[in-house]
Amino acid sequence: MYEIIAFYVFSALTIGMFTIVVMSKNALYAMSALAGGMIFISGFFFILEAEFLGVVQITVYSGAIMALYAFGMMFFDTTREVKEHVRAKKISYTLFILSAILILVILSAPLFSENIQATYPTIENVGNIQMIGLVLFTKYLVPFELAAIMLLVAMIAGIVLASKKMDFDPHFDENAEFLQEVK
Amino acid sequence: MNETALIIETIVKAVIVVAVVAGMAGFATFIERKVLAFMQRRLGPMHVGPYGLLQLAADGIKLFTKEDIIPQHVVRPIFMIAPVIAAVTAFVAMAAIPFFPEFTLFGYTVHPIVSDINVALLYVMGVSSVGVYAPLLAGMSSANKWSLLGAGRAVVQMLSFEVVSGLSVLAPIMMIGSLSLIDINDYQSDGVMSWLIWKQPLAFLLFAMAGFMETNRSPFDTIEFEAEVVSGYATEYSGMRWGLFFIGEYANMITISVLVSIIFMGGYNSLWFIPGALMMLLKVSFWIFLFLWVRAAWPHIRPDQLMWVCWKVLMPLAVVNILITGLVLV
Repeated sequence: MYEIIAFYVFSALTIGMFTIVVMSKNALYAMSALAGGMIFISGFFFILEAEFLGVVQITVYSGAIMALYAFGMMFFDTTREVKEHVRAKKISYTLFILSAILILVILSAPLFSENIQATYPTIENVGNIQMIGLVLFTKYLVPFELAAIMLLVAMIAGIVLASKKMDFDPHFDENAEFLQEVK
Repeated sequence: MNETALIIETIVKAVIVVAVVAGMAGFATFIERKVLAFMQRRLGPMHVGPYGLLQLAADGIKLFTKEDIIPQHVVRPIFMIAPVIAAVTAFVAMAAIPFFPEFTLFGYTVHPIVSDINVALLYVMGVSSVGVYAPLLAGMSSANKWSLLGAGRAVVQMLSFEVVSGLSVLAPIMMIGSLSLIDINDYQSDGVMSWLIWKQPLAFLLFAMAGFMETNRSPFDTIEFEAEVVSGYATEYSGMRWGLFFIGEYANMITISVLVSIIFMGGYNSLWFIPGALMMLLKVSFWIFLFLWVRAAWPHIRPDQLMWVCWKVLMPLAVVNILITGLVLV
């Protein structure tokens, strides 16, 4: 009973938040609503007793959207409204309706078939993290390691791109010299 | 019926936690002024009540009745909601913290924790990291250059130090094998020598430093340092909205104190003749005092020095610590 109430509350909040993200013309509203929506989604994980995923949802998305804010800070005056130039309205409306129908079909498909079973059903008396660890290091080991390599590549690329400024020493005296050289 | 009882119990616990911690946060501001004053050979607040004890009430009345000014060019809803985020995240993070050992009251066993989830530590750290949105939103909606600078500093520093606190706390978790704060506490139940501070001294230091950063206390309080960015993200705020930021800050201080006590200093296990609940209070008081002591003793450091020490000293140390712990465990 309480789970159902919580589910509907979180659904309404999430849909409301993401509606603001799409509809608002103010970058600050859109980003704050995105952060709020992501945090409300974690509520579903908690209702499903997948606490680990819920917490990961909060941590990862709050950090990721923080980076979006940083870009917003650099590119916009976030206290003003952004002027949007929408050129091909017909295409965007068509795509919008098509994707809505597609999502409806995907989500309602399970309602009409009854032979859905979990490949890895939850084990009694085993914690959330242990279960994720088991699946992650047995069935999904290769994708997991591939993702790790991809992140490593991205990190090295980032360091290489930023390495021109790596010589910048933070000590005060040398700093002053550096500034004089720049002048 | 049973479910309803559980809901009511949880609500009662939540209200108690919020009320007590908010009261303690208010009291901590008074203690801070007194301790700082004694360290600087002053007396601090003395006129309102005995030893200035009622200064707290006077400050509260002032904050509540002050005009809530919302400047002209701000983004209104975001500006108004930002301080609420600071206070709410600080209190929500406390939902998974066991403050005291369980006790029996009128034949009913009370667990002094609002919700015992098995990823408590991760939950507490994740929710307090959401608290960064408060200075960020405040700074970006204020239409003020100093606020924006404060917000920029907040994002950079908090994100950097979350890496340090997350990595440093990983080593103790590897030893214990559980994220539940109750398990972490029970792991250290054999007296002082079983405290994790002796097995993980480096992790303890790194976590404590990251805690100082995340609660925005000096020497790391660059995001609202008066001499550089006026008052940082809080420049445009007044009255109770300003106060909410600081209730959030002090509540976060209490959270960090409790976390350090539980993870590294034996938590609420009883010691010799001292009962567990009292041990917890003593440790938390000591940590609050340490926050104030450090503030009185050390100057601020510059933001670039802070970044340097975070990425080039603390983070490599944390990774090395994890590596060594892993090798020892294997």
